[in-house]
Amino acid sequence: MSLTPSDIERIANLARLQLQPDEAAAALDKINGFFTLVEAMRQVDTRDVVPLAHPIEVVQAMTLRLRPDEATEPNAREANQQSAPAVERGLFLVPRVIE
Amino acid sequence: MTQRALHDQGVAELARGLDQGAFSALELTQHFLARAQADTSGSFLHVNPEAALAQARRADARRAAGRAGALEGVPMAHKDIFVTRDFPTTAGSKMLAGYRSPFDATVVRRLGTEGAQDDAQAAGGAGMVCLGKLNCDEFAMGSGNENSAFGPVRNPWDAQRVPGGSSGGSAAAVAARLVPAATGTDTGGSIRQPAGFCGITGIKPTYGRASRYGMIAYASSLDQAGPMARSAEDCALLLSAMCGPDPDRDSTSLDVPAEDYSARLNESLDGLRIGVPAQFFGPGLADDVRAALDEALAALEKLGARRVPIELPLTELAIPAYYIIAPAEASSNLSRFDGVKFGHRAANPADLLDMYKRSRAEGFGPEVKRRIMTGTYVLSHGYYDAYYLQAQKIRRRIADDFQKAFAQCDVIAGPVAPTVAWALGQNASDPLADYLADIFTLPASLAGLPGMSVPAGFGQGGMPVGLQLIGNYFAEARLLNVAHRLQQVTDAHLRKPQGV
Repeated sequence: MSLTPSDIERIANLARLQLQPDEAAAALDKINGFFTLVEAMRQVDTRDVVPLAHPIEVVQAMTLRLRPDEATEPNAREANQQSAPAVERGLFLVPRVIE
Repeated sequence: MTQRALHDQGVAELARGLDQGAFSALELTQHFLARAQADTSGSFLHVNPEAALAQARRADARRAAGRAGALEGVPMAHKDIFVTRDFPTTAGSKMLAGYRSPFDATVVRRLGTEGAQDDAQAAGGAGMVCLGKLNCDEFAMGSGNENSAFGPVRNPWDAQRVPGGSSGGSAAAVAARLVPAATGTDTGGSIRQPAGFCGITGIKPTYGRASRYGMIAYASSLDQAGPMARSAEDCALLLSAMCGPDPDRDSTSLDVPAEDYSARLNESLDGLRIGVPAQFFGPGLADDVRAALDEALAALEKLGARRVPIELPLTELAIPAYYIIAPAEASSNLSRFDGVKFGHRAANPADLLDMYKRSRAEGFGPEVKRRIMTGTYVLSHGYYDAYYLQAQKIRRRIADDFQKAFAQCDVIAGPVAPTVAWALGQNASDPLADYLADIFTLPASLAGLPGMSVPAGFGQGGMPVGLQLIGNYFAEARLLNVAHRLQQVTDAHLRKPQGV
């Protein structure tokens, strides 16, 4: 199964990427090239196999830890905003969202 | 006092020299800074002499005060994927050009100083001096370091070839004696493969051993930090300092105590069973690589080890499984780069959506965009089961196959890559060629197993060949022991590129 130009357009939109037409064509070609490899993987019978999301599950039970609900970080707003593209009075600025 | 040039000495030797007062951390840092600043290979993205020299002075002060860390004053550099306060952090991406982190990654703190940086009395941390940040593929996505937004890195053994990737700057800098050691990160082979291509030693520990806090995320269930140096002995020193639980900052950090990986380096290899997977020595393996590996394995046999044939039947399927799982995780991780809180923002956005789309389009390079799109696609409605879930099931079977193999052997040995380092630009229009070349490092990554690359010899064009050693979970000390014993009877790790 191959992706089409409209699939690439849909995926790029979902991924919030504005692709130029030549970029979209190149991406289509290369992603389709990769999916030829994927076909062999899809043919494998994995009916009773449990998906592995975390590698260490193989050897030990993974439990999600909860740390005490305590504030451990000091307020570092200035340091945290030093690389922000647009800041005013300690707030991150974005284009107008509500008219 | 030693006659050898400072840059020819490894981490262990330099630490001894500092301890004996043969030279100061300041002298050492000045020596390596001069080399880093004169370098033209593209290995370094940022050097900050002021910060490095200040660290060196503090290291000398701590040593004088009897508060020296384990590697106090020994210079190193970090892959530019670890966030640092003293240097910009870009992850090799235009998206983060000029970005300054407000904090240091856990690995940076552990190898440096854990306490306040301006305090000569600060305790904790190994006390290493960081010279700067090293080039890498953009967001660690690549196998040749050619996906860096800041230019390629040249292999010190042949300037027309890639150093490997994604930790290409780290590998090249260590091989060219710009630093005695560096950090790398390994998601699908990004420590092992560049170490192999540049003729140095590198180890990726068991997934969860080293904290991922402050390591810019690519694929969170695979990303793991590790050291790159010229010898296994030096890697053991750095790995001991880097690893250990970080439960409050990394939810996948394992509750397994830090180890002294140097303690068992000299153990005997008598009776060691080395698993040799048939699938790692098939027709896809270049003859020169095969010949060099055979010599290394023969040297291990002389030390008392024996070869055991094993099977890793799904080796080829590690490629599609990895290139679905890693991009899926990347598409999620990289959604944070939206031009709001940090990173590149497109000029004059019409609205919020336009800002997201153009900021990301302008900030990311082509391979990163492809992986984000592949990941978005395999996670999208209607395709999740067929691709993402199927890949995770293959991942389980690959991990199970390793456990079957480890019932018959103690460590697994094979090539790091099918060939020696390829020419710069060779795979520029064919990302699939890079993917296929990852075949031997991907299986251990998917299983979360520790793996390392050890110089095995030289192949075509005098290029280094790496021997990959894979251990069972938490068997890093055994891997380092095998590598160290090999390095005591071979000299591939001691050879220098011409002109270095």
